[in-house]
Amino acid sequence: MSEGVQTAGGPAQTVAVRQPPVWRRLIGFNLLTGVLLGIGGWYLGWWLGHQVSGASIAYFSDTDQNDIALFLGYFTAVVGFLIGMGFLQYPIARLRGYPPSLREKETEGIGRYFGLCTDHKVVGIQYLFGVGLFFFIAGLNAMLIRFELLRPTPVFNSGNYLTLVGLHGTMMMGMMTSAVLGPFANYFVPIMIGARRMAFPRIESLTFWLLMAAGGILMTTVFFGGFPTGWTGYAPLGNQANYGMDSYIMFFALVGISMCLLGLNMLATVITMRAPGMTWSRLPIFVWGVISTSILNLLAPPVLVAALAMSLLDRTAQTTYYLQSGGGSQYLYQNLFWFFGHPEVYILALPGFGILLELLPVFSRKPLWGYRLAVAGMMGVTLLSFLVWQHHLFVSGINSSLRPFYMLSTELISIPTGLTFLCGLLTIWRGSIRFTVPMLFALAWFFNFLIGGLSGIFNSDTPSDTTEHGSFYVMAHFHYTIMGGLVFTFFAAIYYWLPKMTGFQLNERLGKIHFWSMFLAFNSTFLPLFAVGLLGQPRRVVTYAPHLQFLNDWVSASAFVLGLSMLVFLYNLVYSLLFARVRAERNPWGSLSIEWQLPSPVPVQNFDTIPVFQNDPYGYGDGAGPVTRPVGVPARGR
Amino acid sequence: MIAIWLVLSVITTPIAALVIGPLIPPGNDSVQGMGQVFDNQVLIAVSAPIMCFVLVVLVYSLIVFRQREPAAEGLPIRGDAQLQVYWLVVTTAVVLGLAAFGTYELVKDGAGGGQGPSPTFLPPNHNTAMPVQVIGQQWEFTYRYPTFGGIEIPHLYLPANTLIKLHVTSLDVIHSFWAVNLGVKADANPGTDNIAYVETRNPTKIEIRCAELCGLWHGYMFDLQGRVVSKTAFEPLMKAQQKIYGPVSKFLPPFATSYSPEPTLRAG
Repeated sequence: MSEGVQTAGGPAQTVAVRQPPVWRRLIGFNLLTGVLLGIGGWYLGWWLGHQVSGASIAYFSDTDQNDIALFLGYFTAVVGFLIGMGFLQYPIARLRGYPPSLREKETEGIGRYFGLCTDHKVVGIQYLFGVGLFFFIAGLNAMLIRFELLRPTPVFNSGNYLTLVGLHGTMMMGMMTSAVLGPFANYFVPIMIGARRMAFPRIESLTFWLLMAAGGILMTTVFFGGFPTGWTGYAPLGNQANYGMDSYIMFFALVGISMCLLGLNMLATVITMRAPGMTWSRLPIFVWGVISTSILNLLAPPVLVAALAMSLLDRTAQTTYYLQSGGGSQYLYQNLFWFFGHPEVYILALPGFGILLELLPVFSRKPLWGYRLAVAGMMGVTLLSFLVWQHHLFVSGINSSLRPFYMLSTELISIPTGLTFLCGLLTIWRGSIRFTVPMLFALAWFFNFLIGGLSGIFNSDTPSDTTEHGSFYVMAHFHYTIMGGLVFTFFAAIYYWLPKMTGFQLNERLGKIHFWSMFLAFNSTFLPLFAVGLLGQPRRVVTYAPHLQFLNDWVSASAFVLGLSMLVFLYNLVYSLLFARVRAERNPWGSLSIEWQLPSPVPVQNFDTIPVFQNDPYGYGDGAGPVTRPVGVPARGR
Repeated sequence: MIAIWLVLSVITTPIAALVIGPLIPPGNDSVQGMGQVFDNQVLIAVSAPIMCFVLVVLVYSLIVFRQREPAAEGLPIRGDAQLQVYWLVVTTAVVLGLAAFGTYELVKDGAGGGQGPSPTFLPPNHNTAMPVQVIGQQWEFTYRYPTFGGIEIPHLYLPANTLIKLHVTSLDVIHSFWAVNLGVKADANPGTDNIAYVETRNPTKIEIRCAELCGLWHGYMFDLQGRVVSKTAFEPLMKAQQKIYGPVSKFLPPFATSYSPEPTLRAG
C-alpha cells in the first residue's frame, strides 16, 4: 500500500493559493465541457449520418426517417461527453509515457461531485443523487399514468400515454438496477472489506457517467415522438416504431454496459482487495448481496446488449433478425430479452436481501442467524435466476413441452428466497428490537416480499398464469417484489447510511411519517391491482372496462398519496441536509460494522492504517462492553 | 405462538380455498377456466398457512422481543443446524408438491394457454375439436372458420359444450388473444400458428382483450360482442354470418395456419 499512512485530508498546505477566476476554472475537463462536447458530438453524428445514408434513404425508403443518423448522433454524443469529462486523459497520458497512478482527481470541495472522481465515496454520493433524480422523474411518470387511469376513457393522447408507460418502466428498470450497487456498494464495500478504493477507480466513475449519459439519452426520446413498446421493447413492434425507439435502444445498451462494468468492478474489488483477516466467512452479509448481484450484473447485460445490437441492425441496416417474414424470429428477441430480463429483476431484488440482513442484526442487537444459509440463499437465487426466463413466455407459443421444467425451476426459487425469510425472521427472534426508521423500512420488506413471493407462486404456475399473464396482476406482483423489496430497502439504506455518508442526521419524525405513509399507500395502491388484473385489465392500456373504474380510482388515489410520501422524504432530505444540519454521531445505531467506527463523513483515505479483521461484524449480545473500538481494529473477543 | 399459527391457519385456509378461491376469475364459463379456478383454490390454500406463519412469527417477534430497556442486547444465537434442515425439507416438499400439481393441471387439458404449432398437452378427444382461427392485427382480432367456408368475421361465436381448437396468429406485431372469461390466452405471433384448446360450457358472452402491447391503439383492442351460443343456435348463426361475410371472404387468401402479408416496416 504505497499511498500509505498519510492522514485524512492531509496537512493543509497553508500557502495562499490564489483561486483562478471562474471562467478559467470552467475550461478543462469537467461536466460543462462534457455536456457541450456531447451536444456537439450529437450534431456531428447526425450530420455524418445524413451524409452517409441520407441519399439512399431518400431514394429507397418510403419515409425520411434516418435511424443511422440518430444512432451515430447518440454514439458521438456519448463519446464526446466522455472525452469532455476527461475519461481519455489518463489513457492518453499513459500512452505518452507518464507513470501509472491509481488515485488522482480527488480534490476537495463541491466540484468533485460534478466530474470524474476516483474516490469511491464521491462516486457513491454521485450515484445516490443521480439515481435518485431519475427515480423521481420515473415516479412522476407513474403519477401521470395513474392520472390517465382515473377515467376509463382516455385523458392523454394514446401515443403520449404509451411513451409515459415506456419511460416509467424503462427508467425504473434501467436506472434502479444501480440503486443499491451504485450508491451504497460503491461507498461501503471498500470500507467494509478494509480497502481504500475500488479495484478500478476510473471504471467506477465511468459506470456512473455512462448511466447518466444513458438517462439523458432516454429523456431525448420525447423530442423524437417517444416509443410505443414499454420497457420490454418487443421486436416486431420495435422494428415498426419511430425515431424514439432508437433512444430506448441506446439507453438500454449503455445501461447494460454500465451494469456489466459495475459488476466486474465489484467482484474484482471483493475478490482481490480484502484486508488481512477479512475471510470469505467474515464478509458482511451486505457484501455477499453485492457479490451475488454483481455476478448477475456481469453475466446478464451482455445478452441484452447483443439483443439490442440486433435491434439496431434491424432498424438501420434493414436486417431481419427479428422479422419472421425475412427469415428471422420475434422469439429470438423474446428469449434473449428475458434471458437478461429475469436475472435483471433479481439484480433489483438481491441487494434488498443484503440490506435487510445487514440491518436486522444491528437493530435487534443479535448476530445474524444462519450466516452460511443466508449466503447460500442469495447464491441459490443467483444461479436459479438464469434458468427460469421462459416463464415470461408461457403463452407465447414456444416449446410447450418445456413448460413443466420452467414451472419447476421458477418455483424452486422459493427455496433460496425462503432461506432469506428464515434467516431474517430468526435474526429478530429473541432479539432486542429497536424501531428506528431504517428498521421500519427493513421490516416492511417481510410483508411486501411475502405478498410478492406468494403472488409469484400463482404466476409461476402455468395454468394459473394463463389468466394472469400480461395483466395488471403481473404488474402488481412485480411492484410488490421490486418496489416492496428494493425501494423499501433502498430507503432503509438511505436512512441508515446517509448520516455516515453526509455527516448529517436525517429527521427521525419526518422519517417515520414518510415510512407509514409510504407503507400504507404502497399496499393500498398495489393490493387492489391484483384484483384489477384478474378481472380482465391488461397492462399498458389507455382505456379500460367501465366496471373497473372504482378500483382504478382507488388505486390512483392511493398512488397519489404514495407520491406525496416521496415528497415527505424529499422535504426531509432538503431540511436535514441543508437547514437543520444536525451533526451525526460517529455510530448512532451502535453498529459493530467497521464503517461506523470511522468518522462521519468518512475521510478521503478511509483508514489511517489498513485494518486487520478478527471476526465478523455480528458479535451482538455477547456481553462485551460498549460498541466503540479504535479505527482500523474491528476485533472484539467472542 | 405455534398455537396461534395453527388456529389462524385452520380458520383462514378454508376461507381462502372455499370462499376467496372460487371468486378468483376466470370463473366457470369453460372447462379450462374451471381448471384454473381449482388450481387457484389449491394454491391459495397452500399460501394461506405460509402467509399466516410468516406474519405470526413477525408480529409476535415485534411485540414480544421489542427493546424494553435501553442498550439491552439480544441472545447471541448464530444458527441451528436441525432447524435449517427441517425448514429446507418443508419448503422443498411444498415447492415440489406445487410444481407436481401445476404440471398435472397443465398436462390434463393445456389449461387454456397457447402452446405453439405442435401442442404437447392435449385435452381428451382433441381430434374432434372444432378449429377456429384468431387473426390479430393492429388493432383488432378477426376470426376465421375453416369449417364454414373459411369466412372471416369480426366477432367470435362459439357453440356451447364444444371443444374448440383456436389457431392464433398475427399479421403484423405480437398481440395476445385473451378471452377473459373463458380463461384462454395465447400470443398472436406473425407467421406462427399458436394453438390453444378451450372447451366451452354454457351460453355466455365472451370478453376479449389484447394482452400484449401492440402499438398505438392497444388499449382499444378489445371486443365484448363475442358469444358462446347453444349448439342449436350456432348453425343458423353461422349460416347468417356466411351470408354476410361469404362474398367478402372470397377475396381473402385461402385458409392457412399463418399468413405472410406484405411487410410494413414503418406503419407510422
